[in-house]
Amino acid sequence: MRFYESEAKKLLAKHGIAPVPGKLAINAADAERIASELGGAVVLKAQVISPAAFKAGAVRTAANASEAKQAADALLRLDDGGRRPQGILVEQRIAGACSIAFTYDGTRKRPVMAASTSAGSIERIADEHPDRVVRRHFSALLPFSDYLAKELVNALGWKGAESTALTPVVSRLAQLFLKYDLTQLEVTLGKLDDGKLAAVDCRADMEVEGRRRQKAVLEELGIRVDDSRAVREPTPFEVEAAKIDVEDPRGVAGPVVEFDGNIGLVIGAGGGSLTLTDAVRRHGGRPANYAALGGNPSVKKAARLTKLILSKPGVEKIAVMSNVVSNTRADLVARGVIKAVTELGFKPAEKIAIFRVPGAWEADAFKILEKYGVEYCDRTVSISEAAKRAVDKIGKIGR
Amino acid sequence: MGVLVHKDFTFIVQGITGREALNFTRECLEYGSKIVGGVTPGRGGREVYGVPVYDTVREITTTRKVDGSVVTVPLAFAPDAAFEAVDAGIRLIVIITEGIPRRDAAAIIEYADLRGARVIGPNCLGIIVPDVCRFGSLGGPAVDCRKAFKPGVVGVMSRSGGMTTEICNALSTAGLGESTAISIGGDPVIGSTYAELMPLFEADADTKAIVIYSEPGGTAEAELARWAKENKSRLPIVAFVAGRFMDDMPGMSFGHAGTVVETKVDSPADKIRRMREAGIAVADEIGDIPRLVKDRIEAAAARG
Repeated sequence: MRFYESEAKKLLAKHGIAPVPGKLAINAADAERIASELGGAVVLKAQVISPAAFKAGAVRTAANASEAKQAADALLRLDDGGRRPQGILVEQRIAGACSIAFTYDGTRKRPVMAASTSAGSIERIADEHPDRVVRRHFSALLPFSDYLAKELVNALGWKGAESTALTPVVSRLAQLFLKYDLTQLEVTLGKLDDGKLAAVDCRADMEVEGRRRQKAVLEELGIRVDDSRAVREPTPFEVEAAKIDVEDPRGVAGPVVEFDGNIGLVIGAGGGSLTLTDAVRRHGGRPANYAALGGNPSVKKAARLTKLILSKPGVEKIAVMSNVVSNTRADLVARGVIKAVTELGFKPAEKIAIFRVPGAWEADAFKILEKYGVEYCDRTVSISEAAKRAVDKIGKIGR
Repeated sequence: MGVLVHKDFTFIVQGITGREALNFTRECLEYGSKIVGGVTPGRGGREVYGVPVYDTVREITTTRKVDGSVVTVPLAFAPDAAFEAVDAGIRLIVIITEGIPRRDAAAIIEYADLRGARVIGPNCLGIIVPDVCRFGSLGGPAVDCRKAFKPGVVGVMSRSGGMTTEICNALSTAGLGESTAISIGGDPVIGSTYAELMPLFEADADTKAIVIYSEPGGTAEAELARWAKENKSRLPIVAFVAGRFMDDMPGMSFGHAGTVVETKVDSPADKIRRMREAGIAVADEIGDIPRLVKDRIEAAAARG
């Protein structure tokens, strides 16, 4: 879960790491006022989280207050995945002296911190000039020891008073990285006129799985429990799919993500749904949606999801497919999709391009499918082949 | 043969009275696995399909040899359960529990490392040596399990539990079978990566080829590519990279907890490129895997 920079900086301030002078503006006039209070050149940062919004340019500089107003006006119009920016952070323009990043290293299975005195994101510096980045792994098991921060600062080449000023900042960052279940924390530090270090830029992500135990701090930052911080707002179709999942506890439906194709994908499970979506695309099909259905969904749940997918404009047929399943009952899935198709007034043999759900109770499923004349296949037919058959059919009929 | 588990392998189930645990305990017993005890705090003294339930792990390990533990407790209790197993001297721990924050996963794995124990998972389904031992919930009911997993020559490692069964089923259908199948877990921080498990397969006489199933996110594929370049392995590796469609959708989250395209982590396309550069065969289609494996095994045999 991505934090807006204004929130991330509040988190840092809570632990004694001040941001550079600045304030959050809610409109352009506000931005102008803050810029004039700050005096001199300012940086304006639209509070957005989607990669598309960052790409479109979420950060601008302004030499004075009136330029700041114009910049803020433009920034506030940015599209942040269907949302408006959550204000504009207006800050004094201060050069970065060093960047420190924290993340988990999946190879070493430890948290790791990296630092560089080059300007810009550590990831980019590490790509282009690996020699300019220093790294230090630390422990998620033992309490963080200051000497680890000292070693990193030392490797960075900072000496004397600079070193003793930076070490406690790095140490606090490491501790809050662990404490708040962050998966990524990247901070650029700059020197204020009085020589103190302050956070110029800050990016932080909290692990979704950690949110439950981080309730207190999320509440403190004013982040609602249901604020998913998705890179884009869910579509009405996705909201409806999520409702189906919540209202019927049996099995797992979701995430369901909407695409704009003509072939509805009714089932999958975890990795299976990734593979199935790829397979359909590989054979020239255009999926109307992604769906990760697993567990053991009830007939009702399978039927409701099928109805939702079939009611989506442009969906010509559905493909009911999954990997070899062990705890999903194929017969319940078959009953569910046939129920949905017939209740909507369609013929199962025409609407269901293929049924491939090999596993428990498959013999019963096959009986039902045969009765309705639906094409099905068993585990001897690969996911690739099943996807190809489905796509071929949609090419043949329905145009 | 096979790796990690064998016919006399004994294990316990932590969280044995949970709904899923009850199911897979029965399934493992039917498959022929040796489950010597279960643990659920406060439920000591009961039995689950003839398996005695205890309050603590040590009550079991003090009286008999225990080679492994399956941890399937609710996620808030997972670190504690894993620490308990490690401290009781258990050397192989499969963590099925999903949704463990990576700080906890990293702490569990670090502790296990310090004490000489190996962790598989979290967010995995466990290990099967076909017809010899099933350790975890991989494969479902024993009868289905026997259909999908057959003794053979391929070592399988997969980040998706469900796709472990799918791939093994395809390999079994093609007559290749599996030496050992390991669901390694879908999270960004897991106890045993492909590259770390490779030496075990390398030393296993039954294994003639490796198949890996990969998903978006993480660094395990880059690590394997590095390993393949640095080690002259006798084993050909065939990989499948799922979620290629996600390259078109940066930042979106699909499926598994670990399956989030983060900025700058290898994209599926990056993974494919890296692995191919290291001589790993990457299947464009999931259905191509058995043929690629056969080709590679024949080519390796021809080279002698």
